[in-house]
Amino acid sequence: MTPPVKSSTANILHDPYNLIITGVGGQGNVISSRMIGNMLAAKGFKVTIGETFGASQRGGSVMSHVRISSKAALSPQIPVHRAHMVVSLEPMETLRVLKDYGNQDICVICNTRPTHPIGVISGRLDYPSMAEMEERIKELSRRSWFFDATGMATRIGDPIFANIIMAGALAATGDLPLERSLFEKNLESKFPRAKVILNLKAFDQGYAMI
Amino acid sequence: MATTNIETPPIMTLWWEFRIKGTYVMSILIRGNPGDTHLMMGNEAIVRGALEAGISVAAGYPGTPSSEIIETLARLSPNIEPGNCPDIYTEWSVNEKVALEVAAAASFAGLRSLAVMKQPGVNVAADFLMHLALSGVRAGMVLIVADDPGALSSINEGETRLYAKLMEIPMLEPGNFQEAKDMTCWAFELSERLNMPVLVRTVTRLSHASGNVTLGTLAIPDRRAFFRFDGEVLDPMEGPIMTPPVEIKHCSQLAKLDLAAEIFEDSPFNTYEGPEAPELLIITTSICDLYSREVVNLYELGNRVGILKLGTTWPLPVRTVLERLKTTRKVLFVEEVQPFIEEAVKVLFAGSDMVGPGVAGSGEARSGMAFYGKQSGHIPMFGEMNPERVTRALEAILDLPPGLNEGYRVGQTESLPIPPREISFCPGCPHRASFFSINMVLALDNRRGFTCGDIGCYSMGMLPGGFSTLKTLHSMGSGSGLASGFGKLDRFGMNQPVVAVCGDSTFFHSAMPPLANAIHNNSAFTLVILDNSGTAMTGFQPHPGLTVDTIGNQVPSIDIEKVCRAMGALTRTCDPFDLETTQKYLLDCIKDPEGVKVLILKQACALSPQKRHTRSFEVKVDKELCIGDACGCNRICTRIFSCPGLIWDGENLRAEINEILCVGCGVCASICPVNAIMLKETP
Repeated sequence: MTPPVKSSTANILHDPYNLIITGVGGQGNVISSRMIGNMLAAKGFKVTIGETFGASQRGGSVMSHVRISSKAALSPQIPVHRAHMVVSLEPMETLRVLKDYGNQDICVICNTRPTHPIGVISGRLDYPSMAEMEERIKELSRRSWFFDATGMATRIGDPIFANIIMAGALAATGDLPLERSLFEKNLESKFPRAKVILNLKAFDQGYAMI
Repeated sequence: MATTNIETPPIMTLWWEFRIKGTYVMSILIRGNPGDTHLMMGNEAIVRGALEAGISVAAGYPGTPSSEIIETLARLSPNIEPGNCPDIYTEWSVNEKVALEVAAAASFAGLRSLAVMKQPGVNVAADFLMHLALSGVRAGMVLIVADDPGALSSINEGETRLYAKLMEIPMLEPGNFQEAKDMTCWAFELSERLNMPVLVRTVTRLSHASGNVTLGTLAIPDRRAFFRFDGEVLDPMEGPIMTPPVEIKHCSQLAKLDLAAEIFEDSPFNTYEGPEAPELLIITTSICDLYSREVVNLYELGNRVGILKLGTTWPLPVRTVLERLKTTRKVLFVEEVQPFIEEAVKVLFAGSDMVGPGVAGSGEARSGMAFYGKQSGHIPMFGEMNPERVTRALEAILDLPPGLNEGYRVGQTESLPIPPREISFCPGCPHRASFFSINMVLALDNRRGFTCGDIGCYSMGMLPGGFSTLKTLHSMGSGSGLASGFGKLDRFGMNQPVVAVCGDSTFFHSAMPPLANAIHNNSAFTLVILDNSGTAMTGFQPHPGLTVDTIGNQVPSIDIEKVCRAMGALTRTCDPFDLETTQKYLLDCIKDPEGVKVLILKQACALSPQKRHTRSFEVKVDKELCIGDACGCNRICTRIFSCPGLIWDGENLRAEINEILCVGCGVCASICPVNAIMLKETP
C-alpha cells in the first residue's frame, strides 16, 4: 500500500515544477508519471497529472504533464512554454514537446532510440537523423542528456525498463526529491522482490547517466 | 479452417490475473484511512466516493474515458480481499441502456446503485433515462457520465449537460479530484432526498488526470434487497414504480427540481474567490475551474478577476448566481463544450430585476453589463478548454501584457520537419490483416465496393494505417444499419458491393437489431465481424460472447456465429491471419448478390491477456532473398502493410524486422511475394 501523504515537504527546484514525460503509446508513460507522482505525493506535495490515453494513443504520441506544487492543486495541462523538464522516451517526440512547451530554461533527458511513425515506415515521410535532432534539442534547451535507454533496458531484460531508467536519470538531476529509498518503497508495494531488484538496477543505471 | 479456441481454463486464469490482480490502488480504495491523502485518478476518486456512499450495485458499458470506474469496482470482488472488500455486484452490461436499467432495479429494491457510461452511451440510454426521471427512484441512484471535449478518445465531442435540462434531472460537475469523490458521495444523498436519479458529469481531463484526494469514511450499508410495490401508485417508497399518471408525476418531478435548486443555494460545491466587486467575473465549472485559476494566478489577476465556480449546474442556484452578477459589469463564461451555463445565466439575467422594464421594453441590454464567452466569440464553440484559451479571452477583455515566452526560438523547431505520428493498429493486430484482406478483395472485385465502419479499435480502419478502408463511421452499430440501407438500393441501380464491419462487443451492444432488420427486409450485404475476443479498445472488458463475467466468474457464453445463423444469415468463420482463406471466403460473400452474409474473422487481440509476452513465430528477413527496390514488389510490406514491427532500412534498401516491436504474428510473411520474410515457430 502506498504510504499516505504527509504534511512535510522537501525542496523542489521550482514551485510549481512542470514536468513532461513523453513518448509513444505503449512505452509506459502512464506508469512512469504515476510512479513519480506517487513518490512526490507521498512527500506531501500537491501533484496533478494530466495525461491522454486510450485507443487514440495506439502508436500515437503520448504526453503526461506532471505538476508538483507545495501550494495549490494545478490544472492538468501545463500552459504553453512553461515546462521545466522534458523526460522523453523517443527523440522525435522531444522536439514535438519543445515546440509547444519549451523555453530558454528547459532541460531535457532524451532516450535516443527512435520509434518510427507509420508515415516513415511506409516511406511517405523522412525521420530526421539523431545527429540533427540532438543538435536541435541542444539549441532549444538549457541542458540536455542523451542515452539509449531502450538498449540499456533490453539488456536488463525488458524494453519497458526504459521508463525506470529515465526516472533514475530524472532523480539524478536533483530537481525533485526522488530518493532511491522512496522509489524502492514504492516498488515494494507493487512487485515481488525479484522484480524490485531489476527495477532498482534500471533506476541506478539511469541515475548514472546524469 | 481451424480457429483459435481461446475459451479454455488456462486462459481464464490468465484473464483473471490480467484483470484482477496487481493493482495497488485497490488497497487505497478499500483500506485507505479516513483523513489520509492519496494521489488518485479522477475515476478512482469517483469509485471511492461511491464506496463511501455504500453502493451495492454498479453497471456500465466500457467507453473512454469512463471505463476505469467499473473496472476498478470489478476488482473489488470479495474473493480478492476477504473481509475487507464490500460485497458489490458489478456488471459490464451489454449496452448503456441495459446498464441504467440494471442499476435502477437495485435502487427500486432499496440498494444504492451506480450507472457509468461515456457520453454517447447516454444517447443509447436516453429513452429509459427519460422515463426513469419521471417515475423516480427509491434508494440513491447516480449516473456518472464522462464527456470527451476535444474528442481525445472519441469520434465526437458530445455534451451530456443538455440531457440534465432535457430530462429534468439534477446535475453535478466536479471541478477537481477531491470533488470527484465528494460530489459522487453526496449525489446519493441528494438522489434519496429527491427520489430522483442524479447525473454527475465528468470529462476526460478530470477522469484520466490524477490529483490529491483526502479520504472519507467507507459506509457499511445494510444490503438487503426487497422491491415494495403494494402501496399507492403515487407513494415513492411503497408503490409500484412507473411513469403514469404522467401529468401528476411530471408536476412532482418539477417540484423536486425546485427543491434541488433550493438545496444548491447552500452547496459547498459552489464557491466564489476574488474581490467583492471584481472588474471581471469568471463563471466556470468542471475542470475549467482549474484552467481559470491557473491563468488568474499566472497573470497575478487575483485582485481584478473573481471566479464563481459552480458545482451544481442543473438546476442553477439562481440567487447565488444573481448575487454575484450584481457585483460586476463584465462576465466571462469558461466551460466546455457548449455554452450551457452561458445561456442559462443570460436567461436568468434577462428575467432578473437587474433588467428594468423600461430597458427591456426598449430592447436594449442593461447599460454596462457585458457577457463574454462562446456566444461572443471570445472562446471557441468547439474543442476542449485549456489555459491558452482562457488567456486569450482575458487578453481580449482586460489589458494584459503579452505572453512571457513570445521570444522563444519556436521558428527553429519548425525548420526541422517533425513527421506526424499517425495512430495505427498495434504490431500483430488482427485488424490490420482483416482490413488488408477486405481491401484486396474489394479491389479485385472492381465494382467500387466499400466498407461501413463501426466503433472500436477497428474505427482506425479509416486511417492510412488501416488502408483507409472505412467509408462511413458513426455510432455503435450504425455500420450494420447503414449497410442494411445500402443493401436495398440495387433497385435504383446501385451495384457496389456493401461490407460492414463490427467488433464482437459491438455486435451484442447494437449490431443485432440492424442485422435482424437486414435479414427480414431481404437486404444484401456482408457483415464482417472482427472478433478479437474482448472489448479490446477499452481494456478487455468481457461481453456476452465470452465465458467470463466482469469479475472473472465462469458464465454461459453466446456464440456469435450461431446467433447469426439462427437469425437467417449465411455464416463462415476463419482466422484473419490466414490471408488466403479469408480472401477466398470474402470474395464468395461479396460476389453473392442476395441476402446477408456474415464472415467472422476470429483472432485474439495482440494485447489480449492470452497473447501478451508471447510470440507465435520468430520473424527474420532473409537478406539474400529481399532485394528491396529491385524486386518490383514496390515495398509492399513496409509501404502498404506498414506494420510498426517492420522497418525499411534506408541504407541497405531492404526490409527489416523491428525486434522490439514485432510480436511474431507472421502475417507479413504471407505478404512478401518472394518469401523473404522467414518464420520459425517458437517453442
